[in-house]
Amino acid sequence: MSSPGHNDRRLVRDIAHARAGDKGNTSNISVWANDPADFALLKAVLTPERLRRTFPGLFKGPIVRYEIEHLAGLNFVLQEALEGGVNRSLNLDSHGKSFSYLILGLPLSE
Amino acid sequence: MAAARTYRIGTGAGFSADRLGPAVDLARDGRLDCLVLECLGERTVAFAHRDKRADPAKGYNAHLERRLRALLPVCRAGGTRIVTNMGAANPRAAALKTVEVARGLGLRGLKVACIEGDDVAARVDPGTPLLDEPGTLGDVGLPLVGMNAYLGADAILPALEAGADVVIGGRLADPSMFLAPLMHHFGWRPEDARAMGAGTLVGHLMECGMQVTGGYFADPGVKDVARLAECGFPIAEVDGDGSAVITKLAAAGGCVSLATVKEQLLYEVHDPARYLTPDVTADFSRVRIEAVGPDRVRVSGAGGSARPQSLKVTVGFDDGFHAEAGVSYAGVGAQARGELAARIVTERMLTAHGIAADLRVDVIGAASLFASAGLRSEAARDVRVHAAMRSRRREEAEMLLWEVESLLCCGPAGGGGYRGAITPCVMTKSVLVARDKVAPSLEVMVA
Repeated sequence: MSSPGHNDRRLVRDIAHARAGDKGNTSNISVWANDPADFALLKAVLTPERLRRTFPGLFKGPIVRYEIEHLAGLNFVLQEALEGGVNRSLNLDSHGKSFSYLILGLPLSE
Repeated sequence: MAAARTYRIGTGAGFSADRLGPAVDLARDGRLDCLVLECLGERTVAFAHRDKRADPAKGYNAHLERRLRALLPVCRAGGTRIVTNMGAANPRAAALKTVEVARGLGLRGLKVACIEGDDVAARVDPGTPLLDEPGTLGDVGLPLVGMNAYLGADAILPALEAGADVVIGGRLADPSMFLAPLMHHFGWRPEDARAMGAGTLVGHLMECGMQVTGGYFADPGVKDVARLAECGFPIAEVDGDGSAVITKLAAAGGCVSLATVKEQLLYEVHDPARYLTPDVTADFSRVRIEAVGPDRVRVSGAGGSARPQSLKVTVGFDDGFHAEAGVSYAGVGAQARGELAARIVTERMLTAHGIAADLRVDVIGAASLFASAGLRSEAARDVRVHAAMRSRRREEAEMLLWEVESLLCCGPAGGGGYRGAITPCVMTKSVLVARDKVAPSLEVMVA
């Protein structure tokens, strides 16, 4: 079990894997602890509040986090997160397929 | 119920442009009962409607003929049934083409079922409220391209009962194309929400093809995938209780692991306990996932409750043009030169053409995909200015290409590699309609 120390230089990618998908202007990003022992740490460091605070220009709508405890997984549903989505966005990645790496690139300690 | 034998169902396409070779491998070597080709996205249907408007004999998947020419002989030989939504906006033309291909291959007697009735443009009132946003269909104020209801397993079952070798429809819902053959094989009743949930889980895991066998997954050094270039499509070995083993051909590249299955479990899912399809409100929140052998993962424990009262309809509208243009800078100071070029394009689109809205200029290498997230590189030495805009007027779209190309002589030092393109845009909206507005129909053609 890893503990969430203040000087933890590791990234989310060091303890978890993730996948992003889209529906309209809503993105969902599932994040899974590689080792169930790290799930508590993952839950502690990946909160909807942190995502909104870290990416205020992007994640503008409500963020809901679902927990799948027995599979050590989190599912973030982010409304109004895709700059209009595939219909409107002029971002090269209008589906937000790359968003899993926004999460995976976050340091475990802020 | 008597224990029916394990049913083997494979994916032969997970999106419109998916690969063909691995589908042929799976059809030949997978000992499949059924091969499903899922080829539609929301916008794919709208683009297909455009094709049909230009030529009434088109409007189905562009690769249909090539795919079926390769797959029909092996599927016929192996007794493998095909279910697909490659019909897109024109299932009838797709079915006729399938019959023509079958006859050309000497596959006389092949039964091709055509499912229509998903095109509900004539049946939906403009006053219908939009799903998850304010306003009605009529308020959108753009020319209609097409309107398709998601059809469920109940629309597909009659084709299977009629003994079709190939089932072709338009907007058949992705998981329903897997659920229907399972219902037919195991005798599952539509009222059995648990079975509907279990079959929907299989469909959901399988519908994106290689996304469960190692595609959309590899991250070198962190999540390595063997022989990704030769990645295989998935097979589900489904038992009568709805549990299934997800696997692949041993000879194919890729991998099936707890991690690939977990990632796909929630792909494009919001509330894991309430995944809506035309067939069921599926519950994936208590699914069990176990490794049971090399590249073999067992899934079980999906649940379900009553299907939604209404059907989702995707509505496509013409939305003008999308213009994209780019030019590259490399070497010392490349990022600064690229960022200067980007500022020039933005400035001149406004001063010379009066355009500021629906315009975006990124510097790939410095900040593009994550620009709005506030992430930016420093001193990148190989960047590409990428300008994108949308306009109802083609002439405006052309101005963007002109401005970016002009950078070659008028912009920062050392710019090269200009490319530009203009493509038509569609906008899609969703509405819900009562089930009685949607009347699927079936015609069986014989080659």
